[in-house]
Amino acid sequence: MNLRTDSRQFKRINRRELLKLSPVLALGAFAVPRLQKPLLKTGLAFSDWASARLFRSGHLARTFDDSELTPFARFPINGYDVDDPGVDFDNWTLTVSGAVQKPGDYTLAQIQTLPKFRQNTRHVCIEGWDVIGRFGGARLADFLQMIGADPAARFITVQCADDYYESLDTATARHPQSLLCYEMYDQPLTREHGAPLRLNIPTKIGYKQAKYLTDLKVSHVLEKAGYWEDQGYSEFYGL
Amino acid sequence: MSTQIAAITNVKTGAISEAVYEHPFIVRLCHWVNALALLVLVFSGLQIFRAFPSFGAKIPQKDLLHWPKAYALGGWLGGGLQWHLTFMWIYIGTGLLYLTYEIFSRNYKQVLFMPRDIRGVWPMVHHYFFFGPKPYVREAYNPLQKLAYTSAIVLGALSVLTGLAIWKPVQFSWLAWLMGGFHWARLWHFAVMWAILAFLFGHLVMVVLHGWNNFVSMLTGWKKDPEYL
Repeated sequence: MNLRTDSRQFKRINRRELLKLSPVLALGAFAVPRLQKPLLKTGLAFSDWASARLFRSGHLARTFDDSELTPFARFPINGYDVDDPGVDFDNWTLTVSGAVQKPGDYTLAQIQTLPKFRQNTRHVCIEGWDVIGRFGGARLADFLQMIGADPAARFITVQCADDYYESLDTATARHPQSLLCYEMYDQPLTREHGAPLRLNIPTKIGYKQAKYLTDLKVSHVLEKAGYWEDQGYSEFYGL
Repeated sequence: MSTQIAAITNVKTGAISEAVYEHPFIVRLCHWVNALALLVLVFSGLQIFRAFPSFGAKIPQKDLLHWPKAYALGGWLGGGLQWHLTFMWIYIGTGLLYLTYEIFSRNYKQVLFMPRDIRGVWPMVHHYFFFGPKPYVREAYNPLQKLAYTSAIVLGALSVLTGLAIWKPVQFSWLAWLMGGFHWARLWHFAVMWAILAFLFGHLVMVVLHGWNNFVSMLTGWKKDPEYL
């Protein structure tokens, strides 16, 4: 026995110990409607901060053998409103703006003068499904050099023909597997998969793989994170 | 750390009873915060699962089970993810705080299942499930309880590791690889959740069976009239 007490005193001890647990009630803040949204936003922002810290620019996403590819017909087509926004291929250009030395309109032929890379990588959808696809295109890093992007810029934002919009941090954009993709399964992109140009970023989640690109902007501050980000998805979502 | 024991004199009758300080403050704090975080993670996790309730291909998609929206947290996939990605830090935080405390306070001896406990498992199972005689108890936790709680801690760690493999299959490619790739890691994460829920069910049944004094001990730390003194 190292504590001698009476029942009244013991009750007081118990009450004090119980009160010590009151910080647990702080979690009740999540049940308050007015506080819930900002709290969850903070939680998501913290996760994004951690995600950015975890990203390693030299670490490659796993690549797969041709035998492991999901058949092209089973590679899901995930448009946010239309499968085919009716891009006019003959007059298509990628309009570049922002913190770059050479803004302007770039044709597909100009982009295709850059070295072409092909990769079999995993496409992971935020819903939980995943497929392995074959992608071909120019490195985004090479294109950023072509347009003379400010090395100090922090974000790349893209606009799409179907009003979709997305963003990337420049560290991810300069990753060797980040492609301005114009081929899937060694064929020119089909309209449903984002012709003539889409993003293929194997270190990012599916909704970052924007299709039917029309505009690309290099910037120091993030003006628009992305369509789904504005609905409440993570801004960074690196894999 | 030596266990604190109290001798309590009843002010009315003068009778003396005993109590043991079983659960230090940090353990109780972590227990309740972690329990709430776990509930949030389960129901937000089921919301995320609802977006693709399958572990097969996307095309053609064969759903494994339809989980009703009313029993899922967050309203939609994005909301579910916000809850999940917020409370996972609370879950991991309390888990790490608990483990650190257990190791440095040596309190882990109370709960960690050791090889010497193996012998005592069957007699407890025999007692609980087959109406066998009650084995003599000398500690706060009997061998079966140690096995259950140690397993729960292992499952908790697995839930975090499988979760990291899904959240960051590229940066933690070695973790995803250990689990058979992203696709399988997702299945493991789901399976670990059900294993934790199975533990939780057994845990709650035992809490009910062991009565009020036992329940209160997780709130105040003190257990009145412990059977093993």
